[in-house]
Amino acid sequence: MSETQIGNVWVFVEQEAGKIADVSLELLSRGRELAAKLGVLTEAVLLGGTGVKECCAKLFEYGADNVLLAEDDRLEPFTVLPFAKVITDLIHEHRPNILLFGATMKGRELAPRIASANLCGLTADCTDLRIDDFEDKRKGVLLRNKLMQIRPAFGGNIIATIVNTWADPQMVTVRPGVMKMDEPVSGRTGRIIPCPVALTGKETAVKVIERIRQEKTVNLNAAQIIVAGGYGVGSAENFRLIRDLADALGGQVAASRPAVDAGWIDHDYQVGQTGVTVRPKLYIACGISGSVQHTAGMAESKKIIAINSDPHAPIFSIAHYGIIGDLKQVIPMMIKAYKSKA
Amino acid sequence: MSCTILVFVKQVPDTKNITGDAMKPDGTVNRAALPAIFNPDDLNALELALQLKDRYGAKVIAATMGPPNAANILRDALFRGADETILLSDRAFAGSDTLATSFALSRVAKKVADADIIICGRQAIDGDTAQVGPQIAEKLDIPQISYVQEVLDLQDGKIRAKRAIEGGYEVLESPTPVLLTVIDANDPRPENAFRILKYKKAKTASEIAKNKGEAATQDELAEMQKKGLLIQEWTAKDAVPEAEFSRLGFSGSPTSVKEIVSVVLKGGDFKEIAPTAEGINTFVHELIEDHTLG
Repeated sequence: MSETQIGNVWVFVEQEAGKIADVSLELLSRGRELAAKLGVLTEAVLLGGTGVKECCAKLFEYGADNVLLAEDDRLEPFTVLPFAKVITDLIHEHRPNILLFGATMKGRELAPRIASANLCGLTADCTDLRIDDFEDKRKGVLLRNKLMQIRPAFGGNIIATIVNTWADPQMVTVRPGVMKMDEPVSGRTGRIIPCPVALTGKETAVKVIERIRQEKTVNLNAAQIIVAGGYGVGSAENFRLIRDLADALGGQVAASRPAVDAGWIDHDYQVGQTGVTVRPKLYIACGISGSVQHTAGMAESKKIIAINSDPHAPIFSIAHYGIIGDLKQVIPMMIKAYKSKA
Repeated sequence: MSCTILVFVKQVPDTKNITGDAMKPDGTVNRAALPAIFNPDDLNALELALQLKDRYGAKVIAATMGPPNAANILRDALFRGADETILLSDRAFAGSDTLATSFALSRVAKKVADADIIICGRQAIDGDTAQVGPQIAEKLDIPQISYVQEVLDLQDGKIRAKRAIEGGYEVLESPTPVLLTVIDANDPRPENAFRILKYKKAKTASEIAKNKGEAATQDELAEMQKKGLLIQEWTAKDAVPEAEFSRLGFSGSPTSVKEIVSVVLKGGDFKEIAPTAEGINTFVHELIEDHTLG
């Protein structure tokens, strides 16, 4: 490949029994934007057992120009070593410019192994991606059209922009829920490129003995209205109020980490850096102080109402509406007001 | 069965407990004011190693890369039950990203040579990348099991572990040597009072020299070593062949930081709603009117 010609934008497709993870579709949307800016194609990288090919139609509708398909029963269920080997071989053959992974448990154990094998940089858990030029002062060169990899660090207290200055691909994992998913274009199609699966006993040495898994029953990402409770709710009993308000408004209940740690609600409902990232139409934060660890997961909500008895709580700095008061009194008043008006 | 376990640990600023003292007047974090602590996931990694020591009689070596005062967490590891400790400290490592860090640590693992199991915490709270563990495994060309909750069985050449996956768990079986990354699924044991009495005297050669005002003699070091009180201190040269020095620090790091912006917490201009029946009635009505609630 000549120096003026750059590779395509790749999206690693995460799937479980043929069901594609939302984050992979979100990445196709952002991948298309990046590819358009660079004048290259968006390609989905799909690995799995027999029948995984069925996913291709959906990938085309969500924005893939091509699907690189590796269909082999040794790729089901997911294990790191075979996936890393197949993708590393594909990178050597095609040299993509950018390779995007979801910052899921799978993405975050697979991507580092691949980056290390290819001697390329990897930025974890990005919340934004852009194309821009980068002046590498250490080497005294201007690098054009590089991927700006933007992520919180230091417990969410800083936002860093990171650039890979070595050979492509530029690799990142991206937090689920932060990139907007475009509407699928029905009937859109593309090319399926079958890929070789060259595995030896070394890559298949780790065996899955047992696998217990359930689909999550909570889907916070789909909720338009979220009512979340924090440590300020005070007790498991008071947490009932959060559920009542969510029920009354037709919303979904959620929580910050301290409320989960206190055992008032399950981890599946946690919003924030170590939970889910959401962007609903309305987010009502009740008794949540607003640490960066929490706001990292909800600051993009369209409207934020904060209810807190502490007027200095940092949550008010990102809220659109603030109610400074005791949530035990405020929430019943809200429920009553809504029921009488709606 | 003889088994050697190498645990990689890290000293980190306590980013999870940022109090008023650690905030600068402009609302950003003063990193220097944060206390240095044992990275939380690494305490779980050490605990898993010590459980294997209890069950199978393994030897546990704790190693860290960091500044000279990172010897503090190695003493902590000794207090909890580690058998040996190694501090990898050199300016040559400055500016390392995860690739350069994993390269340096993989060379430490190679020098320790007979480690059957390498254990890392899933991630450190300063960078939250979770990349160094898998990258060390790749550099050593050995399998990895990520997000380990517990080890179910360990035999010569084979390990069986339970690990978390999204929405559940898996039991995986891998040949050894293997690298495990560990999540907070166990309760790290506290420091042991008897071990504190003994190992509070454990020191690196630099610390001994600093106390004495001059370098320790070979005899003194040998004596400390014999008592198990010497924290081994390795420079880049001790762990890495000179031909590979370009893979350390800045020159071994593909990623560059273009910009860092501090997250500033300041008063916003939210609309204040009175916590009265009337104020809330009017407010809820507004939200219904503009279709936020419907």
